[in-house]
Amino acid sequence: MAYMSEGAAGLRSIPALLQRNATRFAGRPAYREKEFGIWQSWSWADTQEEIEAFALGLLNLGVAPGDHVAVIGRNRPTLYWSMVAAQMAGAVPVPLYQDAVAEEMEYVLQHCGARFVIAADQEQVDKVIEIQDDLHQFEHMIYVDPRGMRKYDHRALHDYAHVQAQGRAARDELIGELDRRRDALGYDDTCVMLYTSGTTGKPKGVVLSNRNIIETAKSSSEFDHLSPGEEVLAYLPMAWVGDFIFSIGQAYWNGFCVNCPESAETMMTDLREIAPSYYFAPPRVFETQLTQIMIRMEDAGGFKRKLFHHFLNHAKVVGPKILDGKPVGMFERLKYALGEFMVYGPLKNTLGFSRVRVGYTAGEAIGPEIFDFYRALGINLKQLYGQTEASVFITQQPDNEVRPDTVGVPSPGVEIRIAESGEVFYRSPGVFVEYYKNADSTAGTKDAEGWVATGDAGFIEEATGHLRIIDRAKDVGKMADGALFAPKYVENKLKFFPNILEAVVFGNGRDRCTAFINIDLTAVGNWAERNNIAYASYQELAGHPQVLETIQRHVEEVNASVAQDEMLSGCQIHRFLVLHKELDADDGELTRTRKVRRNIIAEKYADLLTALYDGSESIYTETEVTYEDGRKGRIKATLAIRDAQVVPVAPMKVAAE
Amino acid sequence: MMDGSGLSISGKDERRDAVKDASKEVGYVTEDGRQIGGVLMELRNITLKFGGVVAIKDISFDIREGEIRAIIGPNGAGKSSMLNIISGFYTPSEGELWYKGAKRPPMKPYEVARLGVARTFQNIALFEGMTVLDNVMTGRLTHMKAGIASQAIWWGRARDEEIANREIVEKVIDFLEIQNIRKTPVGRLPYGLKKRVELARALAAEPSLLLLDEPMAGMNVEEKEDMSRFILDVNDEFGTTICLIEHDMGVVMDLSDRVVVMDYGKKIGDGPPEEVRQNQDVIDAYLGVAH
Repeated sequence: MAYMSEGAAGLRSIPALLQRNATRFAGRPAYREKEFGIWQSWSWADTQEEIEAFALGLLNLGVAPGDHVAVIGRNRPTLYWSMVAAQMAGAVPVPLYQDAVAEEMEYVLQHCGARFVIAADQEQVDKVIEIQDDLHQFEHMIYVDPRGMRKYDHRALHDYAHVQAQGRAARDELIGELDRRRDALGYDDTCVMLYTSGTTGKPKGVVLSNRNIIETAKSSSEFDHLSPGEEVLAYLPMAWVGDFIFSIGQAYWNGFCVNCPESAETMMTDLREIAPSYYFAPPRVFETQLTQIMIRMEDAGGFKRKLFHHFLNHAKVVGPKILDGKPVGMFERLKYALGEFMVYGPLKNTLGFSRVRVGYTAGEAIGPEIFDFYRALGINLKQLYGQTEASVFITQQPDNEVRPDTVGVPSPGVEIRIAESGEVFYRSPGVFVEYYKNADSTAGTKDAEGWVATGDAGFIEEATGHLRIIDRAKDVGKMADGALFAPKYVENKLKFFPNILEAVVFGNGRDRCTAFINIDLTAVGNWAERNNIAYASYQELAGHPQVLETIQRHVEEVNASVAQDEMLSGCQIHRFLVLHKELDADDGELTRTRKVRRNIIAEKYADLLTALYDGSESIYTETEVTYEDGRKGRIKATLAIRDAQVVPVAPMKVAAE
Repeated sequence: MMDGSGLSISGKDERRDAVKDASKEVGYVTEDGRQIGGVLMELRNITLKFGGVVAIKDISFDIREGEIRAIIGPNGAGKSSMLNIISGFYTPSEGELWYKGAKRPPMKPYEVARLGVARTFQNIALFEGMTVLDNVMTGRLTHMKAGIASQAIWWGRARDEEIANREIVEKVIDFLEIQNIRKTPVGRLPYGLKKRVELARALAAEPSLLLLDEPMAGMNVEEKEDMSRFILDVNDEFGTTICLIEHDMGVVMDLSDRVVVMDYGKKIGDGPPEEVRQNQDVIDAYLGVAH
């Protein structure tokens, strides 16, 4: 690709990349957004004009170099432009999670000392107004959607379109200053500041420089041969580093088009209409989709169902091989092609995956069966392993070397080291500059040589050089007999079953493992409906003997599969119970990103945990729950505890070590 | 994008401003600072009889430009009949209707609709087999003038008209946040959403007067909150005058600027919610007294 030959030399900031794209790709689409039922698009030249006008407007409002500009809202072109415009004006954009409540925003806005806030709509504006008295540095707010805003006090509140109009009007006066600031942007200046969601303690502001973002965008684009023709759908939170890298870093480096959905609810329809060529989703999205497909197939007619399963079984054997370019027999290929015509093609089209050339999943381990399902359909789904602190990429899977149980080889430019404790460390050009105003944490995470601790335990497979992540370093433990205890590994296997939504495995320091299980109301409810099983509540369904029977079969299947892994065979589940309520972030049992908070659950359900180990058949319990509006209530239940069959393992393996 | 200056959905703004300017002196200012204009519709001594049954007995009240006017009362008080008189379903046995400063002769409902009065129904009256989009488009029928031949070949005027109308419909869909069900047949929607679609259809007609017959009936708390929000937003954003019937007293007291209370076909109270709440007749009607 010739245009890359000039390298990063003259392109030391996102606004510089924008300028290049506005001349090189002038007429090509840079952004699309569905509004009023139609995809509206903006070319790179339009984008440059829009961003520049808004940057001039920001100068007009008094944005100074080094200011922090908070950006809150769902993925919309205007908000992406706001971030780049802030950079152009010499300020630092700070995207915030739009679903954060006012108090959560208060901490971040106070911590970064944002003088300007760009909010998507009335809802976000209201949150900031609620807390503005405690924000001493906050001065102006700009909103994008004027709906419902007419009656607000507009002394420190501005309409996005109006700011842009003022910028355009003051162009002659301010363009000199804007050019000066744009040209002054250096490779080591801050590009963006992103707050980590913070599973423990307060969120931390990760400072990423232009070097971090551009180097990472460049090497990762080369790794996957991304081109200006890619289409992506921007639907993941703008405050998340992945979205910044994909929708800004890589998009501006390559000059490809970013598509914004109409609303969160229309995401699946918009995905189908756009059919992205480069797609990213956390495992949960793939999981939900698979569960939905399976449920809908159960409801389909007998012939269709048979056809689907027949070809799917064929695809599971042949699909991944074809994708990896391995030899496949003539007949098998023909049958796969027939399947593509009759089943896989239409299915991919429905899902919006017809054109996916590179697909990534990350954030959490994905169930191997889920992963294989998508690969079997011929979708080049790969895994990557990353962190905000690394500007996403630590390891990723190259084409043709994709396996469900590893997270791939180190990304270009990344070095990996495994510490004595098993914790994974990395060093790369993408490594963050610092945690903003938090030198202690910076020093605790990044050492003088630039090595960063991931907090995850893993090892590198000697034969392939692939990294395998076992679990969070602090969660990996030892069982009473010294065997390795990796709860997440087992939980992920359980969670693959559509009937199981969430699982929590216990066993650290104990002689055997046990588990709490949450059923998936969609899948189990559908099953109950088809089998004429009446139920009045989640609790009743969760305690139904036939449901328990099904879950027990799943647990036993998992035990059989866990037993095959030499290192982790001790993690088989001996006893389990199905919880009477769904684990919920509102009750503090999950993080906002829906990760299990093991210790809090163990504490809260201590009575249940004891019962799992003392051999009782059932247990009566009362649990406090928080409703969405903040009120509290209590649930009472008697839960059955079940013994699951385990596969005996020869203890000599452990003894031999 | 909804531009802030335009009050009507299509961006044309003459309607409200003209009335507002002409009638500033006769209107009033609400608690939250909205300027309410002059009289949009006035009902003078309305009586409605079905044979020997007197459903409505000598009732007079007015609806002012830009306000949210509620009609409340116990079951069988004659609220829906009142709404049906306004929308032209019933012709009053006695009394006069004055609309936009002129006396309205007896009219058919479609004629009333052409005058800019749109309504929703207590029992949802949508086309179940059609999509949300098509249902909302039917709200634009009064604005379509192309002939049947032109419609059939979808050329020229019919096409231009459909495009222009679709734009307005899309704005309504965006406003009521029902983009995700645009192409879903109405029959497959839950009750609360159907109510919202019905509101969308009424709104698509760009009415001067919007009649809502029990918009919250049968809804759960969350759906009621959503619906209340939309009613307030419609009034605020488009300046639409709204007349609604509602059972839920909390909702009525929060939403409306002025309330008419009916009981056994008679008007027993009229005024701002706080005032009506103190009215002894109203308290008796709702709590019941020994007659």
